Amino acid sequence: MTTILSARADTPKFWLLAAIGALVSAIGIGAALYMEHHGHSVTGMNNQIVWGLPHVFAIFLVVAASGVLNVASIGSVFGKTVYKTRGMLAGLLCFAMLAAGLVVILLDLGRADRIMVAATHVNITSVFGWNMILYPGMFGIVVVYLWTLMEKRMYPFSKPAGFAAFIWRLMLTTGTGSIFGFLVTRQAYQSAVIAPMFIIMSFAWGMAVFMIVQKAMYRWNGMTLHPQIRARLKNLLAVFVGAVFYFVAIYHLTNLYFARQVEFERFILLDGGIFPLLFWGGWFVLGTVLPLILIFTPALSKMSGSVTLASLFVIVGAFCQLYVFIIGGEAFPLDIFPGMTTSSSFFDGQVDQYSPALPEWLLGIGGLGIAFTMVVVGVRVLKFLPEDNIAKLQASGALAD
Amino acid sequence: MSANNNRRSFLTASATMAAGAGFIAIAPGISLIEVSHARPAGEAASKANRWGMLIDSNKCTAGCDACVKACSTENRINEQVADPRQRSQWIRKIDIKDKASGRQHSLPMMCQHCAEPPCVDVCPTGASMKRADGIVLVDRHICIGCRYCMMACPYKARSFVHQPLTEQNPEVPRGIGCVESCTLCVHRVDKGQLPACVEACTEGAMLFGDLADPNSEISRRIAQEATTQVRADLKLNPGVRYQGI
Ligand code: SF4
Repeated sequence: MTTILSARADTPKFWLLAAIGALVSAIGIGAALYMEHHGHSVTGMNNQIVWGLPHVFAIFLVVAASGVLNVASIGSVFGKTVYKTRGMLAGLLCFAMLAAGLVVILLDLGRADRIMVAATHVNITSVFGWNMILYPGMFGIVVVYLWTLMEKRMYPFSKPAGFAAFIWRLMLTTGTGSIFGFLVTRQAYQSAVIAPMFIIMSFAWGMAVFMIVQKAMYRWNGMTLHPQIRARLKNLLAVFVGAVFYFVAIYHLTNLYFARQVEFERFILLDGGIFPLLFWGGWFVLGTVLPLILIFTPALSKMSGSVTLASLFVIVGAFCQLYVFIIGGEAFPLDIFPGMTTSSSFFDGQVDQYSPALPEWLLGIGGLGIAFTMVVVGVRVLKFLPEDNIAKLQASGALAD
Repeated sequence: MSANNNRRSFLTASATMAAGAGFIAIAPGISLIEVSHARPAGEAASKANRWGMLIDSNKCTAGCDACVKACSTENRINEQVADPRQRSQWIRKIDIKDKASGRQHSLPMMCQHCAEPPCVDVCPTGASMKRADGIVLVDRHICIGCRYCMMACPYKARSFVHQPLTEQNPEVPRGIGCVESCTLCVHRVDKGQLPACVEACTEGAMLFGDLADPNSEISRRIAQEATTQVRADLKLNPGVRYQGI
C-alpha cells in the first residue's frame, strides 16, 4: 500500500487531527459532567420535551452507523469488488459512530452513573432492553467482520461474517426505529412505516458519511477516485435519498388520511413554526432536492467536490429530519381527552417551546468528536484506505458501464 | 403541616370518607378503614387487592387545587424550579372543554395506575414496575433517568427531577436524575390511610378503594354508574376512573 497517511512525514498532521477530535470529545464529556452535576435544569429539556438535541445527535450516529456498513455488505454479501475494498473503512466507521452514539445517549441519562444497573437489569419487554442486546452484538459482529477482512487466513469467513453483519444491522435499525414505533400514545410515532423508514434512512445517511470520509482520505493521500467508481457510488447515494423521500412521503400521506392525525400533520408541515421550516427548508430542499440536483445535473456532478457537497447536504437534511421527528413529535401536545381542549399548569394542550441549551449542543457535537477521533486513529493504526485496483477491475469487466 | 394537624385532618377526613366510601363504622370515631387495608410491615402487597380511584368531575370545582396542594405537602414536591416546565407535578388540575358542545369540566389528573402500564413495558431496567396490588411505581434506585417511560405515558403523568433535591419525606424517596409520578401515596395506603389528595378533597370528588373487592364502594359504583377510562381506546385498564366527562 502506498498510503501517505501512514508515512512519517504526515505525523504532525495526524496528531493535529487527533488532538482536535480529542478536544471536541473532551468538551462534550465535560458538558455531560456539568449536566450530571447540576441536573437537567441546565438544559432546555423539560417534562414535555423529554428527549432533546442529544438524542438527535445520538440517533443520527447510531442510524448512520448501521447504514454505513451497507457499503461493506454490498461487497461481502453481494460480492461486488468495488464495495469489498471499502468494507474495512465502512466497518471502522460503523464501529466508531455506534460507539459515539451510545456514549451520547448514556451521558444524557439522568443517572449516567448507573450504567452498570442498565447493564445488569434488562427488561426484555422494553425496546430499549432489546437494544441493550443489539448494540453490543453489533460491536462484536463488526470486530469479527473486520478481522475476516484483514487477516488472510480468515478471508473465507468474510462472506458469512458480512452476512451476519447485514442481518444484524437490519435488526439494529429496526430496533432503533421501534423505540419510536412502539410509542402508540404519541401521534408522531404511531405508524408502521417507521421501522422500514429508519432502515432506508440509515442507508442514505451512512452512504453520505462514507463518501465524505473517503473523499477526505483520498485528498489527504493526493489520490482521486476513479470516475466510474465515483459515478457508481453517487448513483447509489441518489437512490437512497430518493427512497427516503418515498418513505417520508408515505408516512405523512398516510397520516393525512387519518382524520385524527390531520392536526398533527398541519403542525409539522404548515404552522408549527420551526418544524415546518426544518422539514421543508432543511430536509426537503437541502437534504433531498439539492443533493439530487448535484448528483444528476451533468455539469454539476462532474465538478470536483460536488458529490461530497451532496453528501454534506444529505447529512444536514438528516439532522433537520430527526429534529422534526423527535422534538416536533414531542412538542405537539398529547391528546389525553380526544375531542376536548385542555389546559393546566402542566402545559396540557399547549405546544411546547424548546430551545436547546449550550451543554446539549456540546454533548452532541462531542459525540461527533468521539466518532471522528476513533476514525482518525483507526485509519492511521489499521491503514484502512480503500484503494481500487483499476486494472484488475477493468480486466474483470467490473467497471464496464 | 405539623404532625398534629396531619393527624387531625386525617381523622376528620377518614371519618367523612368512611361514611362516604361506605366503610363500616364499628363504634363512633372508629372505622374499619384502617383494619380493612393496613398491611403489616414485611408482608408483600397482595394480588387480592387492586387499589384505584373514582373521580367525579361533577363534584370537582374549577380553581380548587386542594388535592394538588395536599400531594405537594405529603410528598414534599415543593422545590423551587426556575423553569416551570421542569417542575415535577404528580397531580394537576386539568380544565377541559368539549369542542363540540362547549361543556366545561375540571378534574385532577395523575398516574392512572394502569393494569397494562406502557411505562412498565418500555422501561429498560425494570425500575418502572407495578405492584401486585396494582400500584405503579418507579424504583428510584434502579431508574437510570432515560425518560422512555415519559415518552410512553399517554397521560403525561410523569415528571423528571431536573435538579438536586433537599428536604425529602423519608417515606417518599425522590432524587435528581430520576423519573417519578403519583405513588397513590403507597406509604399511606400500606398503613391503612387514604392517599393525601383523596383525604384533602372536601367535595367528595375523589373516592379511593379496592377495585378487586366487589363489595367495596368503588366497585359497586363502577358496577352501577357510568364511568369513564381516560384514553380507553388504548386498552390500558387504568385503576383511576372518572365520572361526568
Ligand atoms: S426513566 Fe427510569 S423508570 Fe423511566 S423508563 Fe427510564 S429507567 Fe425506567
